[in-house]
Amino acid sequence: MTAFVNHFAFEFRTGIRNKNLLLMNYLFPLGLYLMMSLIMPGINPLFRDTIIPAMITFGILAATLLGLPDPLVQAREAGIFRSYKINGVPAVNILLIPALSTVLHILVVAVIITVTAPLFFDAPLPVNLPLFALIVLGTAVALSGLGILIGVISPNARLTVLYSQLFFLPSMIIGGVMLPFHMLPPVAAKIALLLPATHAMNAFNGLAMGGTADFAPWGALLTLFVGGITAFLLAWFLFRWDSHNADRRGHPALALLALLPYAAWILLV
Amino acid sequence: MNDSIIEVKNFCKQYGSFTAVDDITFSVHPGEIFGLLGPNGAGKTSTLESLEGLRAPDGGTLRIAGVDPVAEPRKLRHLIGVQLQSGGLPASITADEAMKLFCAYHGVAPRFDLLQRLGLQDKRRVEFQGLSTGQQRRLALALAVAHEPPVVFLDEPTAGLDVASRVELHSLMRELQEKGTTIILATHDMAEAEEMSDRVAILLQGKLVAVDTPLAITATGAGLTKVSVSTKSASLLANHHTFPAVSQQLVKEDYAIYFSTDIGQTVAALIGYVQAQADTLIDLRVERPSLEDRFLELTNGGAR
Repeated sequence: MTAFVNHFAFEFRTGIRNKNLLLMNYLFPLGLYLMMSLIMPGINPLFRDTIIPAMITFGILAATLLGLPDPLVQAREAGIFRSYKINGVPAVNILLIPALSTVLHILVVAVIITVTAPLFFDAPLPVNLPLFALIVLGTAVALSGLGILIGVISPNARLTVLYSQLFFLPSMIIGGVMLPFHMLPPVAAKIALLLPATHAMNAFNGLAMGGTADFAPWGALLTLFVGGITAFLLAWFLFRWDSHNADRRGHPALALLALLPYAAWILLV
Repeated sequence: MNDSIIEVKNFCKQYGSFTAVDDITFSVHPGEIFGLLGPNGAGKTSTLESLEGLRAPDGGTLRIAGVDPVAEPRKLRHLIGVQLQSGGLPASITADEAMKLFCAYHGVAPRFDLLQRLGLQDKRRVEFQGLSTGQQRRLALALAVAHEPPVVFLDEPTAGLDVASRVELHSLMRELQEKGTTIILATHDMAEAEEMSDRVAILLQGKLVAVDTPLAITATGAGLTKVSVSTKSASLLANHHTFPAVSQQLVKEDYAIYFSTDIGQTVAALIGYVQAQADTLIDLRVERPSLEDRFLELTNGGAR
């Protein structure tokens, strides 16, 4: 337990100490939150209603998809996992601890946004705070699982960026952060269902913000947790200790199974 | 083999069709400093990584204190400490944090005294990326020995170290040995291997070409001993006299240099000759072939 706590404390500090992680965990989400909150309500007054969930979802996307995978790839390539293996650091800790520390950073950002948005930008507070917190947690679990999985299967830093952007950009455009789900064309809506951000925004609207869900909000919330746990288990299964060994237990394409919980909604919605 | 702490028996390692290690067998005794030598690509790293549990052998058996490194990784981690050639630490971790983290995973109290001992007292709060190469290597060494494992693997431990750090590291190695720690020393520094190792193994193209004490290995070479002589009147330089048991001779600055197969005969004849020429001996040096000479002989010409 001492080792886990020590490791977690180090990873959490790294999330602030490392300039790239500081950018992805705090500066980028909070900077965009300030910018969007200052500009967007003037263009679209309805945006004010979704400032809190949209900007928190954006913060989670940045911290998990842009911040989590690259350090994992770099550490593997630098032989840090080999050193960990020799010294008895379990694979599950290597994957779980960065995810947990990122979730903690996300919660800090979420609290900052939730407290400041009503004060400075007249944003409405969630009508159901416990459910709101649960959805934030579910979104963080879903996306951190995905971030860890990308870090595990990505063979190098260049592909990490590509894999991350495959989820980050669509999430921003059609994931409900900028445009509501019901305004999407049918094909785009089907694609959007593959994105955790869509389910997060749907759950926020239907369960916590007093709005109307576009599809079953409880199902969306459950999907976030199931999707996150599936992604994490796949990451654990596909984990390898260094760039050279060949003892990975399955083909990286198995990672696509992490999308199954989301893909099921294409048939339902 | 029963008194061995490390047993390598018919060990093979392949990468596709390339055979990196081909059926090698050796053992290491408790408390020994065992040098593992070989040119790049000889199979040293594959052997070390397999012993450290990082790679699975493709043939043969490996045991550390009776433990199979691949099948019993949990037992292995308490038995070994490894100073990796590259740092193997996150860029942003400080020396203090690394010591706390690794000791916590080994279930022992942090050994900050080792950081002081290895000259890292002022660098305890410096991030790994801010340390010099030598400091990074010293930190890696401190972490490798902090949990007092019975077997320590050192991969090029003195690369990038200044003279004082090197002396301190050698002193620490001796201290560990006195406590009964077995040290596997992989190095390209032949002088270090010869000075520190009780026995050395030389690997060449995946095969083991020699395992013995440095003295025994050098003795099994061509057997030529170098005798360098300088005299006041340079009588040896002026007259190219031949001496018994000398297979080759040359002149370098003020010295006449002879390569002898029997130093007793050669030195006695040399002294007799100098006296007969009414000359005075200034310097006479007898140097046995070094481990480096023997290593080069083996790597250039193959095993005898």
